[in-house]
Amino acid sequence: MGSLRIVPILLLLASPALAQTYGLGRAPTAAELAQGITISPTGVGLPPGHGTAAEGAVLYTQKLCVVCHGPAGVGGVTKAPNLQAKKGPGVDAWDRGGGGDGIPVKAPDATIVFDFIRRGMPLGNEGILTPDEVYSLTAYLLAINKIIPEDEVLDQNNLAQIKMPIGNEWARVPDWKPRAPRLAGYPY
Amino acid sequence: MMDPKPSSRRELLKGAALAVGTVAAGASVSKIAFAQTPASGPATAPPSYAANEAPMVAASDDVIAYGVRSHYVTSKRIPALGRPSPDDFGLEFHVATPLQDSVGTIQASSLHYAATTKGSFIPDIDPARHTLMIDGLVGRPRIFTMADLKRFPSVTQFHFIECAGNNHSAADRTVQESHGLTSNAEWTGVLLSTLLEECGLQHEATWFVAEGAEEVKGASTMPINKAMTDVIVAYGMNGEPLRPQQGFPVRLIVPGFEGIFNTKWLRHIKAVDQYQLNMNDFGHLQRSPVNAALGYQIGPKSVITYPSGGQKLPEPGWYEITGLAWSGGGAVRKVEVSTDDGRSWKDAKLKGTPHPMAHTRFGYMWNWDGGEHVILSRTTDAIGQVQPTREEVAKALGVPYTPKFRVPGTNNTIMPWRIARDGSVTNGLA
Repeated sequence: MGSLRIVPILLLLASPALAQTYGLGRAPTAAELAQGITISPTGVGLPPGHGTAAEGAVLYTQKLCVVCHGPAGVGGVTKAPNLQAKKGPGVDAWDRGGGGDGIPVKAPDATIVFDFIRRGMPLGNEGILTPDEVYSLTAYLLAINKIIPEDEVLDQNNLAQIKMPIGNEWARVPDWKPRAPRLAGYPY
Repeated sequence: MMDPKPSSRRELLKGAALAVGTVAAGASVSKIAFAQTPASGPATAPPSYAANEAPMVAASDDVIAYGVRSHYVTSKRIPALGRPSPDDFGLEFHVATPLQDSVGTIQASSLHYAATTKGSFIPDIDPARHTLMIDGLVGRPRIFTMADLKRFPSVTQFHFIECAGNNHSAADRTVQESHGLTSNAEWTGVLLSTLLEECGLQHEATWFVAEGAEEVKGASTMPINKAMTDVIVAYGMNGEPLRPQQGFPVRLIVPGFEGIFNTKWLRHIKAVDQYQLNMNDFGHLQRSPVNAALGYQIGPKSVITYPSGGQKLPEPGWYEITGLAWSGGGAVRKVEVSTDDGRSWKDAKLKGTPHPMAHTRFGYMWNWDGGEHVILSRTTDAIGQVQPTREEVAKALGVPYTPKFRVPGTNNTIMPWRIARDGSVTNGLA
């Protein structure tokens, strides 16, 4: 009898599918789930919308991006980074002189440029931009850096397809394991 | 109909209490005046037994309600990394803790270092309305209120947090300037693994994205392995709710990972199957895999907090050289101290029990002979990682060792303090 009683406990320990749950919390509504703004590098989670560099150029002034980042992303008045790389597409993305973090020339995916603008801009007025406006500003920044043609219409279906200048030339973070050194063979 | 009498009686009682309060305050004022004359003397008078007869001060409401430190204790945080906090707009950036005054291992919540992503206002969140949503690759997406989170089994752990920008250099005058972007606290909350299991985490999930509710909605990507190992969804700090600067009402504690991962004002966790560079991850974008690996989990590190830059040893004789050691790889196993610029090393005494990914206090009794010395500390962690010198890092990475050599990731190299014949302490890197 005693050993039989242990069986369900053993099953519980053996199977993560049977992990202890408490029935707490509630299911999010569809509207709440839709409010999540995390998007994948392949474009999953992008909101419907579209925009062009020409529309973005207008917004760049209208939304006061120009005040901090300067005309066409060069020579802003604050510590805000330049958004137009110093050097053109013929130069390695790491050497183009993107300014600050190097967005947008160093972003491995165009979705990152979109995400950055949507989360973080305009500074002090975050969250005011509509999806169309974010697509337009993304198109503008990519166009002034010669990453997409001036007339390309960006939307939720093609944004993640854009070939970014950095290509595959960036390092993936290694697999993390508990109680393991940071870097194999590195003693410090 | 309301009877006005009870309220007027209350007024009367309040008036009486006020009158008593005034008398009490008056009494204490005269007591102060009386006590100061014979006992305290001028501020420059040497310590004496007679000086122990201190002024007696009436307790204020603040002293009774939340407590107030002595006005003789003036230790405070300072803006760090060359940017004011608050800035002209009222944004908080990076603020360094006064390690030179620290004792023990827990940093008072009011002095715990604080940092924000690219400068941020501090959200004023009503905990009764705040929620945490968990979705993505889970069988049962859930929204948890703060009350829900507190019904799960809780954990309480000591952990340090350290900013990746905690980078000591020759320009730093004090240990607050050189190392003040790390602090240690007791954190209470629910393990993220408990919540992910509640939501039915799917085996396809390899990463998770955590997002805060500040204006920029800072988001970081971390391995699901880490989530299932020791990440805490924390609502308590040092015996009380988190402070707003520390993410009230709920934040992530990601033991041993760079500070930015410890997402404050946590509102969303999404389980995903791809690494994604989110807003807060962009600073980790690297060309070299070595730099990427080292800019993630923090290496073994220690620093002497006394005697340290700006302090002065008054005379030759015995002192306890003391400081803090920590590592992102596990608990501190050993700390060694050198008083001859690394020619010889002695084991320091560890104070209390070292905890994984937590500051550990060390001490080493030293009889200063009045001569010039460079003092160092070096720690070894539970998995055998050793705190290096800058030169050792350059050698291990096979790059030239020059004054401009920059240690990849969070700088965990040995910090020298130089003691002059007059007892003054300065930065040994200068």
